[in-house]
Amino acid sequence: MDLYELTISQAHEKLVNKEISAKQLAESVFERIDQVEDKVGAYITLTKEQALKQAEAVDKKIAGGEQIGMLAGIPGGIKDLLCTEGVQTTAGSKILEGFVPPYDATAVKKLKEAGFVLIGKQNEDQYGMGSSTENSAYKKTANPWDLQRVPGGSSGGGAAGLKAGECLFSIGTDTGGSIRQPSAFCGTTGLKVTYGRVSRSGVVAYASSLDTIGPIARNAYDAALILQVLAGADPHDSTTPPVAVPNYTADIDKSIKGLKIGLPKECFVEGLDKQIEKIIMQGVDILRKQGAEIREVSLPHVKYALAAYYIIVMSEASANLARYDGIKFGHQSKDGKDLLEQYKKSRAEGFGEEAKRRIMLGTYALSAGYYDAYYLQAQKVRTLVKQDFEKALEEVDIMITPVTPDVAFKFGANSDDPVQMYLEDVFTISINMAGVPALSLPAGFKDGLPVGMQIISKQFSEDLLLRVGHRFQQETDHHLKTPKL
Amino acid sequence: MALTHEQVKHIASLARLDLSAAEVEKFTTDLSNILAYMEQLSEVDTKDVEPTAQVTGLVNISRTDEIEKRADPDLLLKQSPNPIERHSIKVKPIFGDNNHT
Repeated sequence: MDLYELTISQAHEKLVNKEISAKQLAESVFERIDQVEDKVGAYITLTKEQALKQAEAVDKKIAGGEQIGMLAGIPGGIKDLLCTEGVQTTAGSKILEGFVPPYDATAVKKLKEAGFVLIGKQNEDQYGMGSSTENSAYKKTANPWDLQRVPGGSSGGGAAGLKAGECLFSIGTDTGGSIRQPSAFCGTTGLKVTYGRVSRSGVVAYASSLDTIGPIARNAYDAALILQVLAGADPHDSTTPPVAVPNYTADIDKSIKGLKIGLPKECFVEGLDKQIEKIIMQGVDILRKQGAEIREVSLPHVKYALAAYYIIVMSEASANLARYDGIKFGHQSKDGKDLLEQYKKSRAEGFGEEAKRRIMLGTYALSAGYYDAYYLQAQKVRTLVKQDFEKALEEVDIMITPVTPDVAFKFGANSDDPVQMYLEDVFTISINMAGVPALSLPAGFKDGLPVGMQIISKQFSEDLLLRVGHRFQQETDHHLKTPKL
Repeated sequence: MALTHEQVKHIASLARLDLSAAEVEKFTTDLSNILAYMEQLSEVDTKDVEPTAQVTGLVNISRTDEIEKRADPDLLLKQSPNPIERHSIKVKPIFGDNNHT
């Protein structure tokens, strides 16, 4: 086994036992990047020089007999949506090309304090807008299982890069599925946290009432280690509630005997791919054999969640992206005789097609005369969706659904039809609408491509999700499989 | 709900986007299709349903009004592509002769 293939806990053990150095670990990852990055295209920016310095600092600590945290010396990649001090942060968009943030996002700051080694900034659909990473203004990221297929999105670089061995973990964001869907497509373990569990401060804003930040990892145990560092209230983000952060690994091995699992009947309907359904039901069976009880539950309003979600997302995006004026930072057009014309040209040149589409639709939905029919109605539907989840999660401890309707699709397959692309998110978006956490676990393969199983629980119960995920992965090996590159 | 070219141009102007003729054409179709999909929301009975903006139930989070220096102001100003004068960003004329109404 090469060093770049290690899990976080394996690498940590080798570091503290002085079997390997953090520098060797980082070098192994960069050698792997040299071998496969041309094919995969996971990174927009690599930070090798800085990474080796960070690794050496950790090695010094170990040599000096200091105790190190679980993430110290561990090479990780960060989605290019999180501000990194002194390192270009593009949000996958040309409008931020060359933007070098003067401060770190809180999540990045916490990871740095934990001693992680930043490998680079990972590719994404611009602003997190997309389900295939094809909306990046910089490059194409390929699915490591089949280079003709998309890695999912928007955190496609994070999931593909991790599966290809180009880091030991990734940090992504999830507004409607952007951690879970690429995790399902690439065979990684991705956690969408409760809204507000991880600070959004310093993360480029997309849809502020739905955006979350979380780990993409090799397994649920690693995801728990990462969340331990990221979670908690932040004075710089007033939407992070003062809910205590549990020890996420303390009970992770505990039996799930008696756990009540709900299968939402609305998610297992005619039209769901038969093989996907079979794989999910096999996954459910593995938990049943460990003593879980299965029953049917109902989420009557989820069928409206997608439409309501896209209204909310586009409205909030149009407001958030109004800040890109080409004056304070970011791309500025060379043309434009006065300020207004310069705004219009800077934004037209800087934003990609999908960003423009969403800004326009959001502007329309928020404009006078349409607000009640669209945004307000969508916010009311959000209430109904949230109530559905609350009710179902009173009856059961967790719910299980597929992550995606099918496996990774080919490049360009959904490019001409935005509505078809939005339907990719049908199983994931209602979770963001309800604000609850969800974990995407590798559950099997269809035609050689990974299939993800989604488990959902109450707000702020990530510990339960990680425990179920860990117990599942003790009995399965789907998460251990890697593609030949 | 089908949008017209004129409506799309108006939205683009509100959103401060300079669209090409080809983009106006494409977005007229795209936005109309997306809005048609959104129409299903009108089926939902939301009488007596309160809207949700904040999913974890937080309200009115306040903090003391203290100035905190998180990043060097000069470093922030340096992000601007425009000239900097007396710690301010110098922009193009807003009320020029050309568009004075």
